[in-house]
Amino acid sequence: MTRLTTATALALIWASGALAQTELTMWYHGAGNQVESEIINQIISDFNASQSDWHVTIESFPQAAYNDAVVAAALAGDLPDILDVDGPIMPNWAWAGYLQPLPIDPAKIESFLPGPKGTWNDQLYSVGLWDAAVALVTRQSTLDELGLRTPTLEEPWTLEEFMGAMEAAKASGKYDYAIDLGMSDQGEWYPYAFLPFLWSFGGDLVDVQADPQTAEGVLNGDAGLKFGEWWQGMFANGYAPGPSQDPADHASGFQEGKYAFSWNGNWLALPFLEAYDDVVFLPAPDFGNGNYIGGASWQFAVSGTTEHPEGGAAFIEFALQDKYLAQFSDGIGLIPPTTTAAAMTQNYKESGPMAVFYDLSADQARLRPVTPGYPVASKVFLKAMMDIANGADVADTLDSAVDEIDADIQANNGYAQAQ
Amino acid sequence: MAAIDPSNRGLRLFARYAVLTLVAVIFAFPLVFMLVSSLKPDDQLLRDTASLRAFLPVGDLSLRNYYAAFDRAPVGTFILNSVFVTGVTVALSLFVCSLAGFAFVFLRWTGRDLVLSVILATLIVPFETIAIPLLLVVSKLPWIGAEGLTLGWLNTYRVQIVPFIADGLTIFLFVQYFKDLPGDLIEAARVEGASNWQIYRRIVMPLSGPILATAAILKFLVMYNQYLWPLMVVQEEGRRPVMVGLQYFFQLNRAWGEIMAYLSLITVPVLAFYLYLQRAFIASIASTGVKG
Amino acid sequence: MASRLSFSNRAGWLMALPGFGLIALFVILPFVLAFVLSFTNQRLVSPNPTEWVGLSNYQSLLGLGVLHLEPERDEAGQVVTDENGAPEYPRLRSYTRNNPDYPHLQGKSEWFSFDWGNGRTYVLASDVVFMKAIVNTLIFVAVVAPVQAGLALVLALLINQRLRGINIFRTVYFMPVVVSIVVVSLLWRFIYAEDGLLNNLLSGLTFGAFDGPDWLGNPRTALGAIIGMSIWQAVGFHMVIWLSGLQTISPTLYEAGAIEGASRWQTFRYITWPGLRNTAVLILIVITMQAFALFAQIDVMTKGGPLDSTQTIVFQAVQRGYGKQDISSGATISVFLFVLVLSISLLQRWLTRERR
Repeated sequence: MTRLTTATALALIWASGALAQTELTMWYHGAGNQVESEIINQIISDFNASQSDWHVTIESFPQAAYNDAVVAAALAGDLPDILDVDGPIMPNWAWAGYLQPLPIDPAKIESFLPGPKGTWNDQLYSVGLWDAAVALVTRQSTLDELGLRTPTLEEPWTLEEFMGAMEAAKASGKYDYAIDLGMSDQGEWYPYAFLPFLWSFGGDLVDVQADPQTAEGVLNGDAGLKFGEWWQGMFANGYAPGPSQDPADHASGFQEGKYAFSWNGNWLALPFLEAYDDVVFLPAPDFGNGNYIGGASWQFAVSGTTEHPEGGAAFIEFALQDKYLAQFSDGIGLIPPTTTAAAMTQNYKESGPMAVFYDLSADQARLRPVTPGYPVASKVFLKAMMDIANGADVADTLDSAVDEIDADIQANNGYAQAQ
Repeated sequence: MAAIDPSNRGLRLFARYAVLTLVAVIFAFPLVFMLVSSLKPDDQLLRDTASLRAFLPVGDLSLRNYYAAFDRAPVGTFILNSVFVTGVTVALSLFVCSLAGFAFVFLRWTGRDLVLSVILATLIVPFETIAIPLLLVVSKLPWIGAEGLTLGWLNTYRVQIVPFIADGLTIFLFVQYFKDLPGDLIEAARVEGASNWQIYRRIVMPLSGPILATAAILKFLVMYNQYLWPLMVVQEEGRRPVMVGLQYFFQLNRAWGEIMAYLSLITVPVLAFYLYLQRAFIASIASTGVKG
Repeated sequence: MASRLSFSNRAGWLMALPGFGLIALFVILPFVLAFVLSFTNQRLVSPNPTEWVGLSNYQSLLGLGVLHLEPERDEAGQVVTDENGAPEYPRLRSYTRNNPDYPHLQGKSEWFSFDWGNGRTYVLASDVVFMKAIVNTLIFVAVVAPVQAGLALVLALLINQRLRGINIFRTVYFMPVVVSIVVVSLLWRFIYAEDGLLNNLLSGLTFGAFDGPDWLGNPRTALGAIIGMSIWQAVGFHMVIWLSGLQTISPTLYEAGAIEGASRWQTFRYITWPGLRNTAVLILIVITMQAFALFAQIDVMTKGGPLDSTQTIVFQAVQRGYGKQDISSGATISVFLFVLVLSISLLQRWLTRERR
């Protein structure tokens, strides 16, 4: 598909004699996703036809292999001109010089949701065409049967209410587990999905305001300990399956009625909507310090080595049109970053089936710590969450996680920006 | 030992087959699971994993997953790339490594034992641990090709082939096998004035059917399952091999049925190669054992 | 033996050089680079200049310490106990973090501890996870090497018979090897699940008496589950090597044995086994090397958990080098692994040396 489109585009250039266009290469993480590829290819050919300065060609990589491919290319001095980057990884790549500030007028994206704007060190590096969101998924009939109040954004469940819901689901005896937290998905899902719980308790992964940055006191402080104890209880009390969860159950357990609740992303909402006609998407609970979900998904940026950042920026700006944002949302179910684009979509327009996610994203989204240390800190967090779920001592585990994160920060001179 | 009692013999034969079959069942099930699952829709496939139904072609069966797999990724291109890269590497590897094995076993030369020890020591180095330094090496290597002298091997077929031609395991396989070959044959040839090259080609290679087949299949497997390396050094979709292609199917919504269909497709070349070699294998046994 | 060797420097080097040269360029040179990296603070992703750090990577990986603590006492000198009556000890972190009296314990944490005298002795390590990875890897090797080599030989003997249809069995036994290890690991995650196939089968066979554990979720069974699956997966690989060894044994020897009325065991003991000597050495070495490189199964099935019960050396090297972008630490692990395996194989060779 990709090759075909590229070939057609090439043929067109030859035909129109538009050889004056400067060639720009772009890498994208969506190989294997046909809908996504079609849309991005459409944007590229529209862009190439719309002006005579630049000509973009795309190389798509499968998502699971993308970051490694980019790092390898950077080591070998072989980066493209434009590339996309997962939001929380962006500061790491910007710090390392893989990316350069994006020469786009900030006014152009003023109306965007906060998640899709990639800012580090007070400079814009990347912009996303969508955001993703997580919700507490259940069925209205489940809430009614268990006698639970329907939480709202204004009045989310408290810790007591949330635990009451867990206990009620467990006591009903109808489910294998009260909730599916997605523990079998052992990658970026963990920090993306579970940091909001830590934030809601009042803790954090890394204190990025401190100088030097540190995890001491925020990850293993009182809030962190309270969060850790709560987290361990979710598994010790049998409310949720642990890290050894059968991947098959994670994929289809909620639809089969094995779980009363599912803490899941909006990209998985469609199978839920197909399985039941009374699915409801509830906001994250408030454990005392606000209710959050993770923000920032994939975003576009220009590489640090490109000779034509203005060309890359021109393409990215072109792609930010509402019609493309809406197309992406309709195609892959993600949240469009502007209200005007949302109004053009089937799922997120007012009274659309997933409109609630737009509000979730607008109201609850919080960025994972914006620091070049994130890739390491997030992996440490992943392991700590697995260990605590498996019964490790909470205080010791969080302490050693802090040690590891701080050692990494120190080894990188505090992740100060290189001169 | 009772001599020839036909009923006893029949019973024994039955017992043999029974044992063989039982063991076969234990080993066959991943492939059966893969094939059967590739015909099922995702939700049924996942439901079935907990029971023996996982191995039975029951329920809603169709080839839909196969069509979907071809729609999702250029499956044919991936398979051709892998077969090409693997085939070339295996052929070159057999030649280069058997030649080295010959030198280690049948020739005496200064530094021989040291070089052999060093090569054996490289067996200890897992590829994952040297991948990054190797990347730095190949990104600076020169090559003389159609475009003249170029620097850097990235994004080519050769970067997937050349680093894997010679390896300690294959050389070691040949060395151990050659030690078992009858020495008098070689000595006789020497006396008759045969050159080393002639001895290698006319005497040693014809006697090496089993080890050539073994080394070929082992190398084939390693090469065909390459993932980390091509991921790091090949950016063009048109040059990607099958295991990188597998990642196309690991989307956020895992399409398990398509994964199984894709796996079934990419397993065909390996099985075909194994079956082909096995016949070569049998043929070389038929020419009776080589040890006097 | 020596008589068939001809002394020929030119031919020897000429024939060995293509193989050796390629290995030198693509294995030895990168390994030397890794060795150099292990003395630096090189990162995978970083704008900072690389610096020499001497042995500090090795220290933070392999550092050990011992600390003996007395139980806490109240003002009256009585041992303070917790609700279970066990004596309470001061928190280790107060000794290992910024304690000027114990500079050598800085940054270390508990690996394991035992009661000693009237106190408790703690063995501390700079990198507890890595220590566990070493132990797990050694256990894996110690179990897998003999069991897998033995089973592979049994299988090779089984399919080395002349029977109608034996080729079908040869093919089937090899099947787990043919399917990529990544795929096989995924499949076994389904099989090992708490309500997965294995437990359903076991409970069916025992009429419900056996309530299987959560194989991969339980620290006591996880490594065993990985070992079982790994043997199952790779045994066909070594069966093929044994088979090629078996086929170098001349049928005339077996015929002679049959004429002399040798029993099946005698045939094996005096004809088959002596003919397999070189193959046996080969297989033992190959299995040991492959077992030390254990990685893919862990990455797909457990990610080193639960509670580090399946951490392995190579998994840690990859985790650090790629995942945590600490390429010099990854390189340090590969150098350590090299030295470890080299010492073991030298020992192995010394123990199995031909006694004449």
